[in-house]
Amino acid sequence: MSKAARGDPLFVYAIVYLIFLYGPVLLLPLFSFNDSIYIAFPLKGFTFEWYRQMVQNGSLMDALQNSVKLGIVVAAISTGLGIFAAKAVTRYDLPGKGPITGLIMLPLVVPSIILGIALLVIARKFLDIQLSLYTIGAGHVLICVPFAMLVLVSRLEGFDRNLEEASFDLGESGWSTFWRVTFPLALPGIVASLLLCFTISFDEFVLAFFLAGNETTLPIFIFSQLRFPNRLPGVLALGSCILVFSFLIVTLSEWLRRRGVQPTKQGAAI
Amino acid sequence: MVSATDKATVDRSERSTLLSRVRGVFLRHEALRGYLLLSPTLLVMLGMMIVPLTALIILSFWTQDYFELDRTFTLANYAAIFALAEGPIDLLADPFGAFANPIYLALLLKSIEMSLSATIAVVLLAYPMAYFLAFRVTKNKLVWLILITVPFWTSYLLRVFAWKVILGYNGVINSGLMSLGLIDKPLEFLLYNPASVTITLAHAWAAFAILPIYVSLEKIDRSLLEAATDLGDGPVRRFFRVTLPLSMPGTIAATLLVFIPTVGDYVTPTLVGGTSGIMIGNIIQSLFGKANNAPLGAAVSITSMLIITLLVCAFLWLVGYGRMRRQGT
Amino acid sequence: MSGSESFISIRDVSKHFGPVRAVDQVSFDIKRGEFFSLLGPSGCGKTTLLRMLAGFEVPTKGELFIDGQAMSTVPPNARPTNMVFQNYAIFPHLDVRGNIAYGLRKARLPKAELDATVDQALEMIKLPGYGSRRADQLSGGQRQRVALARALVRRPKVLLLDEPLGALDKKLREEMQLELRQIQQTVGITFVFVTHDQEEALTMSDRIAVMSKGKVLQIDDATRLYEAPTCREVADFIGTMNFFDGAVATVENGHAAVDAGPLGTLWVGTGEHALGPRAPVTVAIRPEKVQIGWDRPDQPYNVVEGRIGAEAYLGDRSHYYVEVPGLARRVAVAYQNMARSLDNSSDQGRTVWLSWPPDSAILLPGA
Ligand SMILES: Nc1ncnc2c1ncn2[C@@H]1O[C@H](COP(=O)(O)OP(=O)(O)OP(=O)(O)O)[C@@H](O)[C@H]1O
Ligand SMILES: [Mg+2]
Repeated sequence: MSKAARGDPLFVYAIVYLIFLYGPVLLLPLFSFNDSIYIAFPLKGFTFEWYRQMVQNGSLMDALQNSVKLGIVVAAISTGLGIFAAKAVTRYDLPGKGPITGLIMLPLVVPSIILGIALLVIARKFLDIQLSLYTIGAGHVLICVPFAMLVLVSRLEGFDRNLEEASFDLGESGWSTFWRVTFPLALPGIVASLLLCFTISFDEFVLAFFLAGNETTLPIFIFSQLRFPNRLPGVLALGSCILVFSFLIVTLSEWLRRRGVQPTKQGAAI
Repeated sequence: MVSATDKATVDRSERSTLLSRVRGVFLRHEALRGYLLLSPTLLVMLGMMIVPLTALIILSFWTQDYFELDRTFTLANYAAIFALAEGPIDLLADPFGAFANPIYLALLLKSIEMSLSATIAVVLLAYPMAYFLAFRVTKNKLVWLILITVPFWTSYLLRVFAWKVILGYNGVINSGLMSLGLIDKPLEFLLYNPASVTITLAHAWAAFAILPIYVSLEKIDRSLLEAATDLGDGPVRRFFRVTLPLSMPGTIAATLLVFIPTVGDYVTPTLVGGTSGIMIGNIIQSLFGKANNAPLGAAVSITSMLIITLLVCAFLWLVGYGRMRRQGT
Repeated sequence: MSGSESFISIRDVSKHFGPVRAVDQVSFDIKRGEFFSLLGPSGCGKTTLLRMLAGFEVPTKGELFIDGQAMSTVPPNARPTNMVFQNYAIFPHLDVRGNIAYGLRKARLPKAELDATVDQALEMIKLPGYGSRRADQLSGGQRQRVALARALVRRPKVLLLDEPLGALDKKLREEMQLELRQIQQTVGITFVFVTHDQEEALTMSDRIAVMSKGKVLQIDDATRLYEAPTCREVADFIGTMNFFDGAVATVENGHAAVDAGPLGTLWVGTGEHALGPRAPVTVAIRPEKVQIGWDRPDQPYNVVEGRIGAEAYLGDRSHYYVEVPGLARRVAVAYQNMARSLDNSSDQGRTVWLSWPPDSAILLPGA
């Protein structure tokens, strides 16, 4: 940024905007170290008490374990489905490509509460499936696939389809072409998609809220704690950890998927 | 007579011609290979979205009879939502007077109003930021993009919760102002009202609007801007005559990407809305939960989706989105 | 090598993309070991035809044979062809060695032998020591060579090249033309070469197929394409040509008298065409085959009077554009600048006489 840009009103605006974006969120870590069960100014003193309580909370640790398991499985399945779909959409001339892509992207614009109750209805009123981590997982795959596909489409569009043709031409089958050319070239996108899907699932609340059985996930646990004012500091500690952790993962995935792909590509931005 | 071995070879050769036939079909029809590759994803989307949504529609035509589900087809739920009042009504003075029991529609209208104000705020705030990213940032663009994107991906629940902490009765603002001696009693109007919901929504969805706008600004060919200047436009005229029209598709996409999901939001009104700030999502949830009237909940969901879709289509038609897209690129 | 044997056989092949007929009912043969070029303006279907040979596009109609084998059910990875892509398609995640060895995996060579093959290939493309470079560390010409080596190490029966020299500058292109031709002669592989550069096609190829709008207009060697085009489009596309429309008046022992309106009667060799009287024809003549002089030449026919409308100095020769009364297009005439002269005074507006012997002109059917 040059000297001239600093005086630019737009630059000032951008800084204010970032403060607006980050400020509220940064209050959580701030108060998580505050030695008071009230989340209020003035700050009372520094403590690790809330973090200590957090680690010792058994139901929290169970929820954490569930969320991590769920996140990993959801990320793997969504990214796998995303790769197939992205490859089909970018490499083949498909009649009806527009509506099909629209269908896959639909969960982006349907309020998740409606997806949640729809899945709840089919599971409970029509099929008699018990609610469990699996039902949450199904819901999470549904909302992760569009994101996985966006990330992977922009990655696959980022390199020449001639490369895959060259591999066929040099005698490789479709399968080995995938492993020798497509996969290594798409790898940053694949990793980014895995990380992104993991965070989405890890942080998702509404679908999990409707589809949870006996086992809860971390966001549901947090939500249940919000009713008790004396548990709030513990939530702050937990929330701070989650924020830091999500921040790192998302930064890594964003860096991976934007590297080497033109940010001007439609899919790359979202 | 055909011996067993003969038959086996016949079988095998038949199979192999069938195989090579199938392979030939796939070689010839590129689209078929594409669909084959797409089918797992499509099946998942069909099975987990279209089928459940269809189930939801079916459910909306049933009724709940205390603990039993009455599976006879009926429009009762929709009648309850759109229940028409009797007698003449002055539509202008009271647009909802036509409906005897308009709580669902009224709440939907209120939700739409709240999320619309949030959306407008989000888009207006996001546009200069996107403009800055697209035209002013030359170095470290990646860092800026990541800074903008990251908050969007991190826990929605916690971002909303942060506002509860800020606006609460014993919250950051009240305690801050009190410790500064500016007020001596916490302000009560901060939390639990439509305004707090709108502010929280605007903050929580801020990042979602920047990216589509940024993309459409970034795509604008810089020589078009030079051409406009060359033809005598100053910076302001140039912005309104070239930049803004060309960035409309992204701005419209941003509007919809924020508006549609926020109408049905559940977390924000629950945490910061109180009783006066509830939205349609809360009603749907309670119909499926405490109120135990899933069919009516389904009908309310379907009605909301239809009305939102109609609004969106009307909006797109009004702004001529289709024409804009055909012109673009 | 038996020269006349048909090695690649294209039978009535069409490829439609929706309403676009990219390749339209094409049939011809390519011989074993031939350097065969597909030449034509942009969008005429060259790439599409090449990609059908490689197997990336499937013909809408018709069949392709390579070495007697029908190709319709053979996928690209099982075809005896290899391709040098227009943008080279060098794998960016592999180094040069990795790129060259890419297609040798199936051969399961022992490590030493594999290395030797790759080294040999690097030697052939004059890039020894470049093995560990990555694609983005290579110049355009070097990428082109790597793409060539990568295809050739697989010893294909046919090498397909899609405008492989298009991205290179003129000097390098001429160098690579010679080199490619040499490599082709050493390895003896059939080359099918796509280009829209007629000079390139003329200098390199044994035979050239001239394409236009999905059709093949003429297949011949360079000399015949230039000196004996069979239709007006080919004559126009290759080099510069003057055209005079007319109708046959009489035909006498191999020569036709053509009534060419404002030019009077033109005598021209009929070639292989059998033409009756009154048939509409076009007389075509190259600029360098027209003699130009200040005085009326002592010749009874094929003499035209005109006025110099414009001139262009090209170094080794000059072009005069002569306006002839009654003709819409000016007649282009090439004049060899044999004597050194610094005199650049203009001859514009001067009256000149054009003439040519009957056998220098070409008779094309149709007007
Ligand atoms: N995948 C495709 N879908 C639709 N049309 C196509 C496709 N590929 C080629 N075409 C069309 O087919 C015609 C021939 O294209 P082709 O690429 O073969 O031309 P070309 O002779 O190689 O041109 P150039 O010299 O510009 O490379 C063009 O009109 C082109 O637009
Ligand atoms: Mg081409």
